[in-house]
Amino acid sequence: MLDFSFCHINEIMMRRRSLRKELLAAEGLKDLRVAVLGGSTTNELVNFLELLLLSSGFRPAFYQSEYGRFYEDAVQDSQELIDFTPDLVYIHTSCRNVRLAPPIGCTEAQFNESVGRELGTFLEIWNSLERNIGCQVIQSNFETPPYAILGNMDAVAYGGLSRFLMQMNVAFAQEAAKRPKLIMQDVHGISARLGVQNWFDWNRYWNYKLLLTAEANLEVARSLTSIVRAMYGKSRKVLVLDLDNTLWGGVIGDDGVERIQIGRETPVAEAYTAFQEYCLSLRNRGVLLAVCSKNTEGIAKLGFEHPSSILKLEDISCFKANWDPKHENIHEIASELNLGVDSFVFVDDNPAERAIVQAQLPQVAVPDVGSDVSRFAEIIERGRYFEPIALSKEDLERAALYADNSRRDAFKQTFANYGEYLDSLEMVAEIDHFKPWYLERIAQLTNKTNQFNLTTRRYTLAEMEAISSDPRYIALYGKLSDRFGDNGLISIVLGRRELDALHMDLWLMSCRVLKRDMEVAMLDAVVERSLSAGIRRILGYYVPTPKNGMVADFYPKLGFEPHVNENPELPERATVWKLDPANYKRKNQHIRVTEYANA
Amino acid sequence: MPNLTPDSVLAELQPIFQEALDNPALAVTRSSSASDTPSWDSVAHIEIIEMVERHFKVRFDLGELQDLKTVGDLVDLTIRKAQR
Repeated sequence: MLDFSFCHINEIMMRRRSLRKELLAAEGLKDLRVAVLGGSTTNELVNFLELLLLSSGFRPAFYQSEYGRFYEDAVQDSQELIDFTPDLVYIHTSCRNVRLAPPIGCTEAQFNESVGRELGTFLEIWNSLERNIGCQVIQSNFETPPYAILGNMDAVAYGGLSRFLMQMNVAFAQEAAKRPKLIMQDVHGISARLGVQNWFDWNRYWNYKLLLTAEANLEVARSLTSIVRAMYGKSRKVLVLDLDNTLWGGVIGDDGVERIQIGRETPVAEAYTAFQEYCLSLRNRGVLLAVCSKNTEGIAKLGFEHPSSILKLEDISCFKANWDPKHENIHEIASELNLGVDSFVFVDDNPAERAIVQAQLPQVAVPDVGSDVSRFAEIIERGRYFEPIALSKEDLERAALYADNSRRDAFKQTFANYGEYLDSLEMVAEIDHFKPWYLERIAQLTNKTNQFNLTTRRYTLAEMEAISSDPRYIALYGKLSDRFGDNGLISIVLGRRELDALHMDLWLMSCRVLKRDMEVAMLDAVVERSLSAGIRRILGYYVPTPKNGMVADFYPKLGFEPHVNENPELPERATVWKLDPANYKRKNQHIRVTEYANA
Repeated sequence: MPNLTPDSVLAELQPIFQEALDNPALAVTRSSSASDTPSWDSVAHIEIIEMVERHFKVRFDLGELQDLKTVGDLVDLTIRKAQR
């Protein structure tokens, strides 16, 4: 089957019907009713869209307005459209559909009035669709006009069509931000990337009122498909990266960390740096990064300690460096992250590795990135794998978190002592037994926390589910919010009861809430529950890993006493600590603790 | 494209017509036209022209497209444009 994100348009056009039949034969396709309201002829666009949606697991049925009747179909004569019961309405308009562009010599007031009136047409359309159908609406914004009558001033003067369309696009964006059911398709950006010279086809427009080139229609269809995938939760979530000659130049095992190419010293090093920056920007908007490299783990990790490395080890959610086949490692990454491989994109400069992963795991997206790092990002972008339709709550919180942390740091400087600072944060923690709706986050945090993690035990979602209803366990989660924001669920403590002892199988916390006394509040909760369960001793374990040195003296700091290692299964270097809950005094002074409230 | 003849162009047009008109058994002749060929409607016509232009790497002018009546006209126009 063709990879529709990358294949040549001629291949699609010459084989469209046979490809369609092939794709229609697949099982488990999801029915999707798509209404296309066009300002120009949309058949070719719909043909492409049908193939692309089919290849994404949808079986689309289409309604197309008569040429140019997007307004009438939506507002005046909409019964046929209503009867079609679309899941999605796409309004495909262009600069040719603008009716009220202001005259060349117009004033600012006339300009604003024109924008308001033109926008009014679209408001009517969106309001009518919302009222009569209520489904998701995708609206294309405007490409740059084919001619700039005023030259460069066309983008400045109130009478310039370029200026007018820019303002319309801003107005569209403001409406889309306000309306949850309106999604903007950035045709302005799509057409710019293809080139406006390759966008309009005037021959076809005068002949058939078909405004765009076939190439442009294919790009519109590709972009629409990625939006639809995002609407149905099919956007990809994980970027799996090779290391040598992918994230840095050279082979770290042969060349040594001091000789790999990263930084600003050579053009090649700069290109790898730029690619790492691209990966980091994906991570910062919620895409998880994983490493899958044929390397010795200890040596591979040194690459991230290179002073010029943009990516740090903590940016990598799952790290696999060994000599096993990559598809096996990708399988393991998927189970550790608790995500399907159909949400993975694999990037490797080595065509042989790409080929084996693609063959063994066909659900993984494996773009042919070639071997030139300067093109990697552009090629990954063309696949439109990570399309969001909204920055999800989680994404936004993740992004906001970094902002919150910097505000907290600035705030900290104004206090005489640390306790006063902690009090001023007005922290509220929710600490309680595992709840079903948090289990996914609990499993995710358990499997990605490496630093503040006493035992680094990993548990699957199913295991956590079983534990949450097993009476032998004291299984607590902690959430923490403060005056600057909600940090979300950031700590997990798992105690397993045997007779009168509680074994702390797991104690971990996200580093985003370090030094906030959250661990003390968690201990208070563990002790309180231990006492009511008749537990006489709490046994804490520290199992050293290369990453968790920061918690080596966690238990003694909390008042635990050294204890002999009675468990032969524990590694030799592990330490064991004991606390008598009866002699424990509450330690938390700065956090108000609540239990889960069904508010 | 070198050595285009009316026969070779007509032969190369067959798979294009078969695809656009969704009929693998179709064989058009020089005298075939939209009115006597099933499924050759305006939508299919757009597809045919687009595919012919891509296959022979030619671009037809607006006026030339307007004058096309039969497959033979299309063959002759294609040869004329390709030789330029």
